[in-house]
Amino acid sequence: MNQEQVVNQEYLAVYEVFIRSARGLDHKHVGSLHAESPEHALMYARDCYLRRSEGVSVWVVKATDITASQESDLENFVDPMDDKDYRHATHYVLPDSVTNM
Amino acid sequence: MQKVDDAQAQIEFDRRVADEQKIEPTDWMPDDYRKNLIRQMSQHAHSEVIGMQPEGNWITRAPSLRRKAILLAKVQDEGGHGLYLYSATETLGITRSEMIEALQTRKAKYASIFNYPTLNWADIGAVGWLVDGAAIVNQIALQRTSYGPYSRAMIRICKEESFHQRQGYELIYAMAKGSPEQKEMAQDALNRFWWPSLMMFGPHDSDSAHSAKSMQWKIKRETNDVLRQRFIDQTVPQIEVLGLEMPDPEIKWNEEKGQYDSGEINWQEFYEVINGNGPCNHQRIKHHLKAHKDGEWVREAVRAYAEKQQAKKAANVA
Amino acid sequence: MNQEQKNLYRFLVGLADDSVVLSHRLSEWCSNGPYLEEDIALSNIALDYLGRARMFYQYAAQIEGKDRSEDDIAYSRNEREYTNLLIHELPINDFAFTMLRQFFVDVFYCQYLEQLCQSSDSTVAAIAAKSVKESRYHLKRSEPWIRQLSEGTDESRSRVLDAKTELESFVGELFLMPEWEKSLLESDIAVDRELIKPDWDQYVREFLTGSKIEFAGSELKISGGRNGVHTEFLGHMLSEMQFLQRAYPGLKW
Repeated sequence: MNQEQVVNQEYLAVYEVFIRSARGLDHKHVGSLHAESPEHALMYARDCYLRRSEGVSVWVVKATDITASQESDLENFVDPMDDKDYRHATHYVLPDSVTNM
Repeated sequence: MQKVDDAQAQIEFDRRVADEQKIEPTDWMPDDYRKNLIRQMSQHAHSEVIGMQPEGNWITRAPSLRRKAILLAKVQDEGGHGLYLYSATETLGITRSEMIEALQTRKAKYASIFNYPTLNWADIGAVGWLVDGAAIVNQIALQRTSYGPYSRAMIRICKEESFHQRQGYELIYAMAKGSPEQKEMAQDALNRFWWPSLMMFGPHDSDSAHSAKSMQWKIKRETNDVLRQRFIDQTVPQIEVLGLEMPDPEIKWNEEKGQYDSGEINWQEFYEVINGNGPCNHQRIKHHLKAHKDGEWVREAVRAYAEKQQAKKAANVA
Repeated sequence: MNQEQKNLYRFLVGLADDSVVLSHRLSEWCSNGPYLEEDIALSNIALDYLGRARMFYQYAAQIEGKDRSEDDIAYSRNEREYTNLLIHELPINDFAFTMLRQFFVDVFYCQYLEQLCQSSDSTVAAIAAKSVKESRYHLKRSEPWIRQLSEGTDESRSRVLDAKTELESFVGELFLMPEWEKSLLESDIAVDRELIKPDWDQYVREFLTGSKIEFAGSELKISGGRNGVHTEFLGHMLSEMQFLQRAYPGLKW
């Protein structure tokens, strides 16, 4: 490396960006960005992720504020939901004459 | 105990990759998979960001307001793509500052093509048409990469890049069909960018250090040589439409193989440029460092202001 | 062109020149921003101004009626024929200078374009209506930047103050009404810049006072842009911008 010293980068927080692409749809995660405040993150989200009018609504969430399920907990977390097939409509057998239910 | 868990996790990982399931950030993954991804994805991100420079070189000299708007929007998109890719790479547990440091200390690489200069306006056409064209061939394959965030970033990028290649071809077409001087510029740009564009696909499969493992892990989905041939086959007819001379005299349709034959790449040049001896290697890194250093006081101010605001808030609460 | 059309043409070209020159300056930030997100954001603003310039040039070309294009107007005049206000052509200097200039012109355009939306010329009104939305967003960005830089570190504050000293000399020209623009007041095509001045002064002063920065006001100090008397910087910008068109005249690109 030449003498030029490498300057360490950010004092900025990571924000996750969620976009509602059209009215009636869910917000969907699209990526992240770095910003100094939530307000700035929202503006950067507009410039960085909506250059082609990809959305009608944006959420930004500080990445450290997200609590996520852990892959290692998956067994305890998801599997117990597996055996409750009475929650699904297909569980119930109705007479053939009953349609549209 | 840990060992048994890892062995189990490895089996699960291999099964997922085999089943064409995506690997997601919180999944267990082999260390080498993670490292390989960080290398490839950060290199990809750096390429987008360094790629802003050769095209940015002509923003202030674009010959019409329409071209200027197109070029600025395109270079801005490259920045955006760099951002998507840094963002996706950060999910692997590395920060953007670490990646940028690796770039600035030349530990991380970026696409060698950007170490070639843009010398005339037709180069801007050639970059869009050939360089983005080659990148798209590569990126379309990468949409199916096994790592979820990378795959999603690629899908988003491919969608946006379609205009990049078309604007480049439109630009060079206008020049190829323009005045004799313009046509000469177009030919010159094609001649200079053809070989470096072919080099973008990397060394021959037999010489590629990372290829085999990346294929096995489905990080890479098709080999360098397959993708390169695809690019040649789709581009040669486009050269014919321009009415320009072939940049490689050995280009010839091979009826038997159903593809174009072409000459051999100058691999010595390829390795020279990768190893820092391209015409613009120094310039590109220095440019990046300068912008970064010039921005240092801005980032400092941002941090100081945020700290002051926090202190104020805390004082108000107390 | 009758006299009113001539006046309208000069008025439109002035507005277009303002935008194209500022856009050019902002585009110089591309790949040079303090971090990637800001780089991308600044390019968006440059694109907004470029779009604005094109709309004004196109309309000017139409009024002129000589079958000339936006590029014929933008690329074939020299610096004595360019009529942008000087504040737009000053070099980008550092980020504090760039953002403070943005703040000053953002406040101005928010107020000015809002009035211009009422223009009796429906094309002018439509361009203003589109542009004022952009400027409102620009201001939402430049305000927090000036706040942060003014109250961040000693260095950032002193850079803002330096920028202010220079820019204070140029803001007055924003409110200058040349003869041809005044004459468009009668038909309600143009709006009176002088009437905006008190609001602009008040807004800017209040905002800067919030960061304990004194502001002298927008008294006219340096002017000449509308008459083609520029700083030395514009000639260099145009020689770069117009290079291809000058070297190979009359070609299509």
